[in-house]
Amino acid sequence: MRWTVLSSDTLIFFPAVLYFFLAHYRTSPVPHKSNVAWHMVVILINPCLILIDHGHFQYNCISLGLTLGAVVAVLSHKDLIASVLFCLSLNHKQMSAYFAPAFFSHLLGKCLRRNNPVLEVLKLGLVVLGTFAIVWWPYIHSKDAIFEVLLRLAPFERGIYEDYVANFWCTTSILIKWKRLFTAQSLKFLSLVATVLACLPSMVQQIWAPSIKGFLYGLLNSSFSFFLFSFQVHEKSILLPLLPATLLATELRSPFKLLMHYALFSMLPLLCRDKLIVPYVALYGLFTLLYHAPGGGQYSKIHHLVIPIPLSIGMTFLYICSLVLHIIYLTVRPPEKYPFLFEAVIMLLCFIHFILFALYTNVRQWMLPRQSMSRDKEKKQN
Amino acid sequence: MEVQKNHVQGKDCVLWQILWFYGIATCVKLLLIPSYQSTDFEVHRHWLAVTHSLPLSQWYLDETSPWTLDYPPFFAFFEYVLSFFAHFIDPQITDIEAGLNYKSDTVIYFQRTSVIVSDLCLLYGVYRLTRNLEFRKRISIWILVLWSPGLLIVDHMHFQYNGFLLGLLMLSISYLQERRDLMGGFFFAVLLCFKHLFAVAAPVYFVYLLKHYCWKGLTRGFLRLLSIGTMVVAVFAAAYGPFLYNGQIQQVISRMFPFGRGLCHAYWAPNFWVFYITLDKGLALLLRKLGFNIQTPAASFTGGLVGDSSPFAIVPQVTPLLTFTMVLLVLFPALIKAWKNPQPTLVARWLSYAYTCGFMFGWHVHEKASLHFVILLAMVAVNSLEDARHFFLLSIVSCYSLFPLLYEVQEYPIKVLLLILHSLLMWCIFSVRFTKKTASNPNASAKKQGEQVQLQGVFDAIDGKGRFRIGWVEKFYLFGILVVELWGQLLHPYFLGDMYPFIPLLLISIYCALGIMYSWVWQLNWIVTSS
Repeated sequence: MRWTVLSSDTLIFFPAVLYFFLAHYRTSPVPHKSNVAWHMVVILINPCLILIDHGHFQYNCISLGLTLGAVVAVLSHKDLIASVLFCLSLNHKQMSAYFAPAFFSHLLGKCLRRNNPVLEVLKLGLVVLGTFAIVWWPYIHSKDAIFEVLLRLAPFERGIYEDYVANFWCTTSILIKWKRLFTAQSLKFLSLVATVLACLPSMVQQIWAPSIKGFLYGLLNSSFSFFLFSFQVHEKSILLPLLPATLLATELRSPFKLLMHYALFSMLPLLCRDKLIVPYVALYGLFTLLYHAPGGGQYSKIHHLVIPIPLSIGMTFLYICSLVLHIIYLTVRPPEKYPFLFEAVIMLLCFIHFILFALYTNVRQWMLPRQSMSRDKEKKQN
Repeated sequence: MEVQKNHVQGKDCVLWQILWFYGIATCVKLLLIPSYQSTDFEVHRHWLAVTHSLPLSQWYLDETSPWTLDYPPFFAFFEYVLSFFAHFIDPQITDIEAGLNYKSDTVIYFQRTSVIVSDLCLLYGVYRLTRNLEFRKRISIWILVLWSPGLLIVDHMHFQYNGFLLGLLMLSISYLQERRDLMGGFFFAVLLCFKHLFAVAAPVYFVYLLKHYCWKGLTRGFLRLLSIGTMVVAVFAAAYGPFLYNGQIQQVISRMFPFGRGLCHAYWAPNFWVFYITLDKGLALLLRKLGFNIQTPAASFTGGLVGDSSPFAIVPQVTPLLTFTMVLLVLFPALIKAWKNPQPTLVARWLSYAYTCGFMFGWHVHEKASLHFVILLAMVAVNSLEDARHFFLLSIVSCYSLFPLLYEVQEYPIKVLLLILHSLLMWCIFSVRFTKKTASNPNASAKKQGEQVQLQGVFDAIDGKGRFRIGWVEKFYLFGILVVELWGQLLHPYFLGDMYPFIPLLLISIYCALGIMYSWVWQLNWIVTSS
């Protein structure tokens, strides 16, 4: 069984990453080659992905690989192929819908700038419908079959949250008992509204000024908004925002490292249950060591924005808090009255970080247009 | 120029760099903790129990388990020190009866961590040897030694403490290279009291120290000889003293040298005797077909008393004494060279040649012994193109010969990946080292030195500008390894099923023996023709 995950990882995810590098660094200015190597290593050594796919056992690498393929196709301006790949990814794991707003807004933004917007939108729509038809072929024969599949895909009866995930609903449920105040129906509606509101700024920005960097940021922001506000989110869903974050690793350096740290940290209770602590430590060690590889990524400092002092103080504080909690969680037994006390504290801390990070990336996405517009103008002049 | 830069960078920088390599290796080792453990695992656990629970006088007499203590006393003391930690973590580990075949998580984690921690000795030895070299050269050596797949397979999966012992050897060599011969000799004596297998190189040390340290005029030389002699005696006294006092020396020696074990191990190490045995079996088969009446030997090669019945049907007998004389004989040229011109820089080569001779012609050699000379040769691998080519081949052959140690299915992708990655890394390192010197940028600024040039060189090498090439014979041989592996894994079960299960192993032995034989001849040639 492990072989299937390993082979699917190698066959789908790795080529997608290679394709990303070929496409991305062909368009944007080529940094030093050691930078490229560093970036590739950081994407591939993603400890969360390795631990979840190969430790806990899942097949995330297939849907993530397909999504990555779709992203690369968008970067290479092959929108139709991008749509096909993304639909395939969506049909493999419906969690890829986290990225849907970003794809939608970016492609719509690009279509609107073309000569004949309606035709472009129609083309994309047809491709999407066609892909869905092919994949759902065995179930199209009757409405009931489709509904059955859909019901299984969206298990709404499980409730708005399960376990302790660093989600808005779960975290605020410490104070506001959502499940008691609202019915399941209204909770569904509430979460939908919250999610849409959260990813709206990013979508608007992309429709207004689509750009490649903006698209990557859009992916990050929309997946984060889904993670934070959606219905029935699992801890493992942090993998989805992590993918575009790794693609933007050269942009986001220190905040990215903190994000990876907290993503791993949020999965600590899950990994403890699976007895994966030693691989957790080893992979985190590998990631940190490779991140700080001698000679890797030094030149990216030129592109890197200077982090203001309060931000770096905040980041150090968050690191220390999480380290302390690591030790406490692994050694101390929780009190009888609150057996899940430590999970709750971990969740709270992770949530605070994720909210701050999501705000930060949203702000950065909105700060982009001024740079990309001027670059587009330069290209037009050339 | 580079030496000045190193001083400017400072020793701290080198330390952080080597720690980075050690860190990566440690992370990989941590991930390998749940892998296959051989009987060596139980052996060392039992030794922890013996040294902890029994008094010193019983250590070499105990018969509770078939895994008796067969290393010299310093190793027993080392296990004794470890056993305190083991006892603290889980008393059952050190219990002599209840701990037999104890396989719980605590034991596994404790033992594996002890190997990882003892690798710090290897780290220190390599650091001491390479701290004054230029950047690219020392990084190459670190990659070849600290990330050696052979060490990973033998130490961290099969379970042994070779890293620690090789570290002591490297410490000794580093002192010799700094011309501090007394310290070098001291560490070698200590090493001998840890594992007597390293004594194969003792003649080299003897000759080198005699000529380099003691041959300095009558009185001074004699005093120096006396000082070295006293030091060696002191070390051995510290190790064997307590047992001499208890009158157990005979027992200790018999435990350390179990000659009843046969000429070859269960899996034939790829040395000269493989050819000898195959010749014997081949001749016997041929003569039987031709109608002669050949007695099938009663004893097997891998066990039984050699004195009573002979395992060879046709060819002359091989006794431990014969193997000993043969090793000394082939070692002779190196000893002569060491005597004529005792240069500190050549010590590593003589020692690795000595271990190669011991491997080729020794009695009851394990394939793991190939690690000794491969790791030592890594020190000199980047010195010249010829060295690099030789090391490339040798390293792959020796790593491949270790494959039969890990016979379980789950380790298969790991060992294959390790070998492939190591080969790729070696190729990159050697290509970078031996690319045509970039004459296009003679004004390389200070910043461009070191890291960036190295990585740029990697990409140049991949682009095909590298000068590191291996000959057609070597390429053919390496391709043959692939064929042998394919046969063993796929074709043999397909065509022959369960018949003749020893044939794949036999093929691996013979094929690797060819490679190691080539290495031995190459090293001999280098030593004899060097000025």
